[in-house]
Formats: sequence, structure tokens, C-alpha cells
Amino acid sequence: MPQRRVRAIIIGGGLAGLSAAMKLCERQAEVQIVSFQFLKRSHSVCAQGGINAAIDAKNEGDSPENHFFDTIKGGDFLAHQPLVRDMCFQAPAIIHLLDRIGVPFNRTGEGRLEFRRFGGTLYSRTAFAGATTGQQLVYALDEQVRRHEQNGQVTRFEWHEFLGLVIDPQGICRGAVIQDLRNNKIFTLKGDAVVLATGGPGQVYARSTNSTVNTGAAATQAYLQGARYANGEFIQIHPTAIPGQDKLRLMSESARGEGGRIWVPRTPGDKREPRDIPENERNYFLEEKYPLYGNLVPRDVASREIHDIVFNRNLGVGGEPMVFLDLTHKSREFLEDRLGGIIDIYRKFTGQDPKEVPMRIFPAVHYSMGGLWTDYKDDGHGLIDHGSPRNQATSIPGLYAAGEVDYQYHGANRLGANSLLSCIYTGLMMSRAVINFSKNLGERFEDISSTVFDDAERYWTTRMDSLRRMDGKENPYQLHQDMGSLMLANVLIVRDNKALEKAYYGIQEIEERFKDIKCVDTTHWSNPTPSFINQLYCMIQLSKIITRGALMRDECRGAHFKPDFDLKQPSDFDPYEYLDYLEQKHQGEDVPEYAYPAGHLDYMKRFEENNRKWLKTTIANYQDGEPRISYEEVDTSVVVPRPRKYD
Amino acid sequence: MEDKTVIIKIRQQDDPDSASYWQSFQVPCRHHENVISCLQEIQRNPVTLDGQAVIPVTWDCNCLEEVCGSCTMLINGRVRQACTALVEHLEHPVVLEPMSKFPVIRDLQVDRTRMFENLKKVHAWIDIDGTHDIGEGPVMSDSIRAQRYALSECMSCGCCLEACPQFTRDNTFLGAATFSQVRLFNLHPTGALAKEERLEAVMGEGGITDCGNAQVCVEVCPKNIPLTESIAEIGRQTSLKMIRDLFQK
Repeated sequence: MPQRRVRAIIIGGGLAGLSAAMKLCERQAEVQIVSFQFLKRSHSVCAQGGINAAIDAKNEGDSPENHFFDTIKGGDFLAHQPLVRDMCFQAPAIIHLLDRIGVPFNRTGEGRLEFRRFGGTLYSRTAFAGATTGQQLVYALDEQVRRHEQNGQVTRFEWHEFLGLVIDPQGICRGAVIQDLRNNKIFTLKGDAVVLATGGPGQVYARSTNSTVNTGAAATQAYLQGARYANGEFIQIHPTAIPGQDKLRLMSESARGEGGRIWVPRTPGDKREPRDIPENERNYFLEEKYPLYGNLVPRDVASREIHDIVFNRNLGVGGEPMVFLDLTHKSREFLEDRLGGIIDIYRKFTGQDPKEVPMRIFPAVHYSMGGLWTDYKDDGHGLIDHGSPRNQATSIPGLYAAGEVDYQYHGANRLGANSLLSCIYTGLMMSRAVINFSKNLGERFEDISSTVFDDAERYWTTRMDSLRRMDGKENPYQLHQDMGSLMLANVLIVRDNKALEKAYYGIQEIEERFKDIKCVDTTHWSNPTPSFINQLYCMIQLSKIITRGALMRDECRGAHFKPDFDLKQPSDFDPYEYLDYLEQKHQGEDVPEYAYPAGHLDYMKRFEENNRKWLKTTIANYQDGEPRISYEEVDTSVVVPRPRKYD
Repeated sequence: MEDKTVIIKIRQQDDPDSASYWQSFQVPCRHHENVISCLQEIQRNPVTLDGQAVIPVTWDCNCLEEVCGSCTMLINGRVRQACTALVEHLEHPVVLEPMSKFPVIRDLQVDRTRMFENLKKVHAWIDIDGTHDIGEGPVMSDSIRAQRYALSECMSCGCCLEACPQFTRDNTFLGAATFSQVRLFNLHPTGALAKEERLEAVMGEGGITDCGNAQVCVEVCPKNIPLTESIAEIGRQTSLKMIRDLFQK
């Protein structure tokens, strides 16, 4: 008898979904992949600058261990260490695989992979394909999936939307309810496991660098059905994006990696053309404050500094909330070759050429470090046991998560060019987990009563029909704008508890207004509105997770910055003092005040106490319409959490 | 730029089988606003120019920065991406129509499945032994990489096919985008191992010899892909193959 194939349902066709599909096919699984659109159009195409791997091609002494430490430190020690370490050790093999499947990575004179600098590290660790690396990776992986499709192993459900999970009475996920976005028919897919690879939730904010599909609705639906959501309050604000009305278009960190400099005129409101402002009247504020990392400090740090220079020191360009990102000192050929993609974007949307004039940029919502809670099993030596079915498993058996939708790899702040890596790493790594889980299932989906599937289908048919019939006064698209503006105003770079409380009440008001929605399109063919209303419902729930998590976390960590709880690191503090302090304590010695410069011991005690309280994963569970928040320990078994410093 | 408005005239169609009709909308227009923002404005306030409350227009979009290829449509008669069409640079009223070479789904949405089916026909991928760690990829000069990169920016938006007089709804012409992908994969050292198969696929009906050399494809490509060079190069590769085949038989 031929061996039964494992059947996996993958929701989402970006880098994580495509990697999972490719690897599962190779492991002889049957894959069904669901996406709003052609997989080739997924949001991962927007990633620009590159993908990290410590190959040390430039003989700088880089290593996966350094990559691991930079990532953990960049994330303010909130990420589980064995997972991050395993990812960094796998990274070189992942880059070589991507090279083999045809990604046009830039190359050296010898014809090997070229690498460039990125934020939060002092090494050239980022492989890149011009400034459209994400697009190139998506295409190469989409082509591999097409190859398997040709062999009959993959079925694409493009132009379909995930609505909900099918969960049997034992609590095991057995499939997904999906809707055909053309004829609006609703049906179920049955499988041994479901993988959510649905990306981030940028649309919860009115304007972000994200694509229109990034509503976070699929992850939120899983949460509403019982999955745990973790670290929701950690939203990355990217320091450099083009201000705009429909979208804030990303200007890649690679612009700074290739030598781009951030500055403002020293005189507030200076109206001169940037080229007429002499060097000594320019304030290169990142380079001045952080001589070691300069313009390549991690994103949370850079965004806070830009926010500070604009709003606290009123030095925004021309009095507006903008700073210069300057590439004009680089040659045109160099810029065209290495950054052509983003230079085109800037030119097309502003009419100005960054090769001639400095770009005007401002921070924008970009990425969610948080996401669905997922599990892992370490191998006892600081890496991952790849055979374990627990890897990337959510709290619902049979439901897995990969890519931006999971929470595990970036702690409280993601380093640039680590997201493409974590997407592909999780997609590949989870395949054995999915196969082993499926093979160990007692009952398979074929054994499950058809009423389980019928009920799920019926629930969603009724639900979507009732949304279609909503006949109140609120326009759902306008309500989405109102919610997103509320989040932008109150849950962004600098947070305080009063504003967060106000935001939470505001969201509850939006939830009330939601009941009075008018479904502006009631047709039955290619009708996007009921589906959008459903997504909006999920976005409201997700904004509650983000806001409540932020409200409750009374500290500063990575992207979550509450000035009221700043530990006030002394400017001359050296993180090694803290390791020394811990060592002395560990040896049972009394640590005298005079052993450190004035104020340092107090600071270290505050830091230690703060970590005892807050070095924890935030967990949100859905209960009675609200997120219930609890906390869980972080695995810090490899390196000791310590104060961050980049100057 | 305060309080400016713009009139948008849209060719709409309820489903693939019904007839199209026109509706006009007046929407506020701010500095640097693109066509997508106008369509979103119509979603938030779906009232026509003559004050009639209607169902919002439907369209496809995603990235809004011209890398995903979704939002192709005819804007004032010219095929392009709606996200990079800035309203202040367009002639008014702004006329929007769905692409004409693909079946209309609804309003400005069309079905471009044919483009992706064509990728299957020409073996548009690299065959690998497996995804496990078997070392580095092939050494390749940066100039070959640069050539490949220019071709690999194709986002399957379909502009070149819409503009091509040879590409019609009822023929099987593969079109510039597909030929260019053949060139892309034949340029890769591993990809070249399946070169013969790719060339055979473009030598039959709807293949490279059906190209009428109108050269409009390259003019409308939003990514400036050297499509006519690709067509010439694939023409050359197929000619050489024909000669080779002749002597090998």
C-alpha cells in the first residue's frame, strides 16, 4: 500500500508560507496553500535591504555567535535564546540555498556573495539583491513552489481568504474555513495540520509601511478561537519612511548601511535648500550621540532620536516632522546599482531624485515583534531539537505559525534584515515538526465526523451573511481610519499610561460603533466589503491586545518606551560593570558602593529589579470579549541579559 | 493644495458576463495623492458626481509602492500601476478602465491567471537536488548578476501584454514578460541545464516567432525591463537551437 501523505494547509504565501510549502513538498507532504492573491504579490516583496547571515565574507571576524548576540541585544533580551541562536547558526546554509535557487544576490569581484552593513551590528552581514531583496526572495521561492505544483504536490487557493479554524471537540485543529473571493463561496479544507503564515498587522494603524492585506486578521481569529497571542505591544517603528497619505513608504535601512547620513539643520525652521547649508550648520545627531554605531543604531533607538529631535528640540526640517536622509555624497552609479529600487520609489512618489537632493523622511509603523505564541524544544546545548513536533506549534494542537505572525525571534525590537531570515528559517524549520505531529496523530482528519466541518462552514456562512446584511450608519472603511488614527496618536514611539488608557476606551467606542456598520456592498460576486468588515472586527480585537499589553508593561524595553519608567542609565556606564556586579553577587561578596562610579550601583540594582519584574513574555488570552494578560519566563540560558548601549 | 477636488470617471462591470457602464465621482485631492487614495476615498463615501449613493468600486492592490504588480489598470487610456499614478500629474477628469486583454472579474479587477500558467509552460524555475545544505551556489560574475536582476524585477503586472498588439484574449501568444523569464533562467548556470526545454516551449504556437516587433512592451514596462533585448536574445537562442537540432537529427 502506498504510504499516506501528510496533508498540510498553509495560509499565506509570503516568505514563510512559501518556504514551508517548499520544504513540506520535499518531505513528501501534500500542500494546499491559501492566499488573498497570487502568491507572487505577497507583502514580503516590500522588504528591501537584505537578509542576514554571518558568513564573514569580508574577514571581519564575524560568526553566527556574534549574529546571535547582536540579535538578542537588539531585542533587549526578550527573545528565547536557543531559538535565535539556532536561526543564526542556520543562516549561512539558508543564504546558500537561496543563491542556488536563483536569487540574484549582488556579488564580489570573485563572483561570490557580496555583503553590506545594517543596523545594530558592526559587521557586514547582510546579503542583498539590489534594494528589492524581499521581492527577489519571494519570486525564487514562488518558482520552487510552482515546480512542485507542476509535480502535483501543491494546490494553490489563490484569491481565497482564511476565515477561521476547524477545531474538533478534543480541541485539535483539523482544517480551515476559507472563502473564494470571486464567487464568495465558503468551504472547508481538511488537513493534518494548518500553518498560519499570514504576516503582520500594520493595518491596525491608519498609516504604516505595510501592504493593504496586512490586517493581522488571521492571527487574531486564531486568538479568538483560543490561541495565545504574545508580546503584542512590541510594534516596530521604522526610523525612515516617506511621509504620505495612503501609505508611509519604506526607505530601507540599507540606505544608511551604504553610507546614508541622517541630519537636520542646526537652526530651527531653516528654510534654505539642503545643499546650501554648510557642513558646520548641520546636525548629524545620530553620529554625534552614537559615535560607535552612528547612523546604524538599532531601529528603536533611531526612531526615538528622530522623534526627540523633531518634537522636543523642534529641529524638524523646515519646522515639519521630517529629517534628512542624505545619500548625495555617493556616486550615481553606486547608488543605482546598490539602492536603485528604493531610489525609484522615492523619485516616483515625491518627484525628487535622492541622488541629487537629500530625502525627507520620518519614522513609520513597520513590523510586529509580537504575534501568535509558539512553542519550541531546545536540544540542551543552546540550539533546537529539529525533530520535535513542538517547534512553531501554537497553543492549539495542529495549528502552527511561521514568519512575522509568530513572536519568538526578535524580542522587543527587531534588527534590520533579520525578518527575511526568521521568515525563511521558521518556514523551513517547522516542516519536520508538522510531519512528526501529523504522523503521531491518533485520529486523522478522515476519521473526524463530517459534522465538525459542516458546523464550522455553517457558522461562517451565517456570520458572513449577517455582516453582509448590516444596515447601520457607519461606513466600515471610515471606521477603520478612525481606529487606525487613534492607534497612531496614542500607541506609538513614546507611550504613557494616560494616553494608553484613553486609547483603550477609544477602541471600546469603536467596537460600539462597529455594531452600527452599514455594509456598503451587498452583492454576491467578488464583494470585498463583508470580508473587510470581518477583518475590521479582528483588527479591533488586536488593537486591544496591543494597547492593553502596552498599558500594563510599566518599563522601557526595545520598541516599548515609557519615559515615566526610564531607568536613567548613567552616560558613562559600561555594560561590563553589570556582568562584574553579577559575578560578585554570585560569589556571595558584598558589593560596595565605591567599587563603581557614582550612581552606577544604584542603576544596576534598578536594572536588575526591573528585569526580575519585566523580563517576561506578555501572553494575551481571549476571555469574555477582552484580552486577559499574563506573563511567562524568557529563556535566557545562553547569554546574561544586560543593559544595552550603542555609543 | 487645499480643498482641491478631482473627477474620476470609471468603467465598471458587475461581473464577467454583464455589460460595462460608466460612473463618475468627485473626490478630494491632496498633494502627492495617487489613484488608489481616490478609490479608497470612494469606498469611504460611495456617492457619484450626481449625488447618487452607490456600491463602491472594486479594484486590486496591495503594496502601494509598485513592487507587487497588483494594481495595473488603464489610466487615461494608458496601462500602468495605479499606485504610482499621482493625480496632480494626470489630465483631468481621470478616466479609469480595467485592462482589456484579460477577462474582467468586476469593475477594475481582471484575471491574470494566464501569465502564471505561462510561467509553468516555460519551466520558469531552477531545478535543485534539494533544499538541504549542500554548499554554496555557483560562482557568477556581478555583470551577469546585474543582467539577471534587471529581468528578475518583473512583477507579472501585465502592462507589456496589455500594450502588445499580438497578445489577444483568444490567442495563445506568450508575450514579452514570459520570453524575458526564459532569458532570466537561461542566464543562470544551473538554470541553463534546462535551457533546451525552455527554448522548445517558446518555439511552438504562440512562441517567439509570433512577436510582431511592435516594441511597445518596453515602453510601458514600469520596471524598465529590457524586454525587446530579451525578445531578440531568445530569438537568437531559438535560431541556434534550430540549426543545432537540424544537424543532430
